[in-house]
Amino acid sequence: MKAEEAFPEQSLAPWVPVVGLEIHAQISSNSKLFSGSQVQFAAPPNSLVSFFDASLPGTLPVLNRRCVEAAVMTGLALNCSINKKSLFDRKHYFYADLPAGYQITQQRVPIAVNGSLSYSLCIDNKMSQMVTKTVRIKQIQLEQDSGKSLHDDTRSQTLIDLNRAGVGLMEVVMEPDMCCGEEAAAAVRELQLILQTLGSSQAVMAEGQLRVDANVSVHHPGEPYGVRTEVKNINSIRFLAKAVDYEIQRQIEELENGGTILNETRAFDSKLGCTVPMRDKEGKQDYRFMPEPNLPPLILYDAKSLPANMNHQQVVNIDWIHKRLPDLPSVKRAKLVEQYGILPEHSFTLLNEDGLAEFFENVVKQTQMKPKKVIGWIIKDLLSHLKQHSLTVKESPVSSFLLADLLNLLVKKDISSTAAKQVLAELWKGEGKTPLEIVKEKKLGLIQDQKELEQICQAVIDRQENEVMAIKSGNQKVLNKLIGLVQRETQGRSNAVLVRQILEKKLSE
Amino acid sequence: MWALRLCRGLRAVPVPPVRALRSAVPPRPAWQHGEPRPGPQQVTAEVLGQLEHLALVDFRDAEGVERLQKAIRFADQLREVNTDGVEPMDSVLEDRCLYLREDDVTEGNCTEELLKNAREKVEEYFVAPPGNIPLPKVEDQETFLQGS
Repeated sequence: MKAEEAFPEQSLAPWVPVVGLEIHAQISSNSKLFSGSQVQFAAPPNSLVSFFDASLPGTLPVLNRRCVEAAVMTGLALNCSINKKSLFDRKHYFYADLPAGYQITQQRVPIAVNGSLSYSLCIDNKMSQMVTKTVRIKQIQLEQDSGKSLHDDTRSQTLIDLNRAGVGLMEVVMEPDMCCGEEAAAAVRELQLILQTLGSSQAVMAEGQLRVDANVSVHHPGEPYGVRTEVKNINSIRFLAKAVDYEIQRQIEELENGGTILNETRAFDSKLGCTVPMRDKEGKQDYRFMPEPNLPPLILYDAKSLPANMNHQQVVNIDWIHKRLPDLPSVKRAKLVEQYGILPEHSFTLLNEDGLAEFFENVVKQTQMKPKKVIGWIIKDLLSHLKQHSLTVKESPVSSFLLADLLNLLVKKDISSTAAKQVLAELWKGEGKTPLEIVKEKKLGLIQDQKELEQICQAVIDRQENEVMAIKSGNQKVLNKLIGLVQRETQGRSNAVLVRQILEKKLSE
Repeated sequence: MWALRLCRGLRAVPVPPVRALRSAVPPRPAWQHGEPRPGPQQVTAEVLGQLEHLALVDFRDAEGVERLQKAIRFADQLREVNTDGVEPMDSVLEDRCLYLREDDVTEGNCTEELLKNAREKVEEYFVAPPGNIPLPKVEDQETFLQGS
């Protein structure tokens, strides 16, 4: 939606919200960015910490090649220019979970710059109308993660676990091209899918592998940008949208009441659904950036600049990585639409659920039903069952083989679609029965005997004199009522099309 | 003074008799650039306060501040060098190759050793004071800064 339309009830001059995101994605690697300690979520405190991570004197950083490759992959996937020479810097600030007193990052010349990310939004909450938007990526930089602080307010102390200290992060800085929570959420979701497809980060927000900070400000059109606040502590994509929208609203209300916006950091409180001041940037935080003296510049090569006699292990070749990039989500969606004739919004749903696209393709391979019909069963029936039971696709009690089997019965017109839904519900119990067995057991098969059907139709015609008269005098709609009655008689086991034909034939006699 | 002591110390080190016994390091600066030097002439109380806050140092008294001023004046000599058209060097390592390590787990698992240095620990966690203890604001600090 257009920014000006976002808040139409304002009778005063419209407000233009401006949203920029800073995203930290934890690199999926075995060991840390500058040391050989393991990267693992949930391990005994301080067990994955080397002397360098604990910042003991005399230790030096050694760059992990895998982290460099992950950053290059991500940069290429986001259409960035990869800087063949990038530099490392120190960003100084004091905090107990940063044992060195500085973080090694890339402030002056990061590894990738000037990219873009395309994402899609539904207009008016209708899945059928999607619009593509783009947000510019300012840069991607490699940096260290800090440790974890557990605040113990009762004993007035903080417990420090350095397992996370030194883990590689990719910071993705987006330009403030977004205007509302929905856009921010959609952009982050697409980035998450891209990272997961590349494998450069598992990007699970709940495990802290993807952290998003939002910078929000509002201004009147034509005027300079307003003061921005930074919103932190956003733990899911849903909360991101809420936090951004709340903050926009809060700023508008504050300004319309004659107040001012402080350049501060605010935390999102998910329980209350609002943002609260976190710490005010007393004066200005000066990080006193300086070049990291222990690390020479990071040089990357491409096919042209590759030196002849260099050790392979020491070379990161941008072109080599580019060739091996997997299909990005947008490409996968386009292929699904083209290959199977499904709608674009279906392709979004397929990719949104981990494993669903694969499941769909497996069913299509094993059934005669057309993909355009299969997709309905996947998206409406299978997915709603999964959601009801909070299961992932991988945990589905109904395999693609079983579903294909069921759909084949439907295609052969052995059962009606209502019956098929019943069979699916039975299959969901996971008792090991095949669709055919369930159909036989519950007597769900369509009546195949023409004579039997004709008898039932005749019985209905004989009973419903008024309706028959109405039809004979021209009111065709009443026929549907008769069909419904036949269906009821047969307990849903009659083919509606066939019933209509029989009734029409009988009534015209 | 300490430079002289150093020279005497060096002479005490056994050296091959062929080598000269006098240190090549002069006991006093051999030359100094003229004054005034480019750059601000005084450090303001505001800047001092900021420095103390950022670097967690305490200049303590007027002598400490004076020493800081002298150090800054000394470093200001760098501003006199003409660097037009010269690429900045940020590391003497700039022509070296940045070594890339394979992504293998080779370290860690030394919790006990790491915690040996900790004054306080709670179940294998390091213990730190709650959050950052803010320094006293400039107004509350000793009056010597305002006086200097």
